[in-house]
Amino acid sequence: MRISETDDDNWFDDAAGRLIRPYTVSNGRTEPSIRMELLSMVIATGRRPHGHLGPDHSQALDLCSGVTTVAEIAARLRLPAVVAKILLSDLAGWGAVDTRAPDPMADNSNPAVLETIIYALKQRL
Amino acid sequence: MPSNNGSDGFPSALKLLIAGGFGVGKTTFVGSVSEIEPLRTEELLTTASVGTDRLTGVEQKSTTTVAMDFGRITISRDHVLYLFGTPGQERFWFMWDELSGGAMGAVVLADTRRLADCFPAVDFFESRGIRFLVAVNEFDSGIRYELDDLRSALDLKPDIPIVHCDARDQRSATGVLISLMHHLLASQAPR
Ligand SMILES: Nc1nc2c(ncn2[C@@H]2O[C@H](COP(=O)(O)OP(=O)(O)O)[C@@H](O)[C@H]2O)c(=O)[nH]1
Ligand SMILES: [Mg+2]
Repeated sequence: MRISETDDDNWFDDAAGRLIRPYTVSNGRTEPSIRMELLSMVIATGRRPHGHLGPDHSQALDLCSGVTTVAEIAARLRLPAVVAKILLSDLAGWGAVDTRAPDPMADNSNPAVLETIIYALKQRL
Repeated sequence: MPSNNGSDGFPSALKLLIAGGFGVGKTTFVGSVSEIEPLRTEELLTTASVGTDRLTGVEQKSTTTVAMDFGRITISRDHVLYLFGTPGQERFWFMWDELSGGAMGAVVLADTRRLADCFPAVDFFESRGIRFLVAVNEFDSGIRYELDDLRSALDLKPDIPIVHCDARDQRSATGVLISLMHHLLASQAPR
C-alpha cells in the first residue's frame, strides 16, 4: 500500500480513503478483538501485563487510571476510534483493563433518570 | 445482563446528539455545555470522500474534518451524559448511523439564514424514531422570527419542541438540554 502525504490533515489514497500512521499503531489490524463502542467504559485493573508494553499500549493504559470511555481515550491519544478500540481490546485481553459496553437498553426513557438529569443540569445554570 | 445502575463500578454513559448543518454552531454548543474542553474523535473513512462544503453565510470557518466533537456532563455517580456533535455533511451519514445507536435524544440546531440545512437532520431523527427538539441558534445577522413561523417553515410536527438559543452561552445551551429532557419525559419512547 502506498501512502501519500498530500496535505497535513488528510492523507488520502484513492483506493483506501484516509490513511494512516494509525495502521502502524494497530499493526495493520482493523478489528478490535472484543466488541467496543465509543461509549464503552474502561478502567485499569492495576495488573500490568507481563513483558514489554509498546508506547501506544502503554499510553492508552495510563489514560485508564480512572473510569473513562473509549471516545475519550481515542481523543486524548489523537488516534481514530477504531485504533483506540484495538489497543484497548488488547489491554483487556491481557487483563490490564476492565471494560463494559454500553447497555443498549440504557436508562434512556427512565423517568427517574430523566428527573435526575434535569436536576443536575439546573445546578449548572 | 450488565447492571445499569453503577453497581459493577461503572457509570452508565447516556448519549445525546447535537446535529444540524455545517457552521450552525454544533461544536460551539458542545463546548458551552461540556464540563471538559470538547474532545474530538475521528472515525476512519472507508471510501475517499468527494464534494465540497457550502460556505455561504458561514463566518470564520475555513476547514472541516471528518470528526465528531464531544463533551461530557457528569450527572451523578451512576450517570454521565456524552454529547456528540454530528458531522454536518450528508456524505458522512454512515457515521450518524453508528452514533445514533442507543442515543437518548437529539438537539437539531437551526440557523434562520439557512433554515433548509437542518432538514436532513430532522428527517434522519424522525425516520429513526429518535426524539429531538429544534433549537434556533441566533446569529447576529439573522432575522429573529417567531417560533410559530419557524415551526411551519420547518414543517415540524406539533409535538416537537422548538426553542431559541445562543450556542455560545452556557446557560442558554444548558437550558436547551433541560427542554430536551422535559420533552423526553413528556413523550412516550418510540420503542
Ligand atoms: N453570532 C453567533 N455566532 C455563533 C453562534 N454559535 C456559533 N457561532 C459561530 O459560528 C461559527 C461556526 O460554529 P461551529 O460551532 O464551529 O459550527 P459547527 O460546524 O456546527 O460545529 C463559529 O465561528 C462560532 O463562533 C451563535 O449563537 N451566535
Ligand atoms: Mg463543528
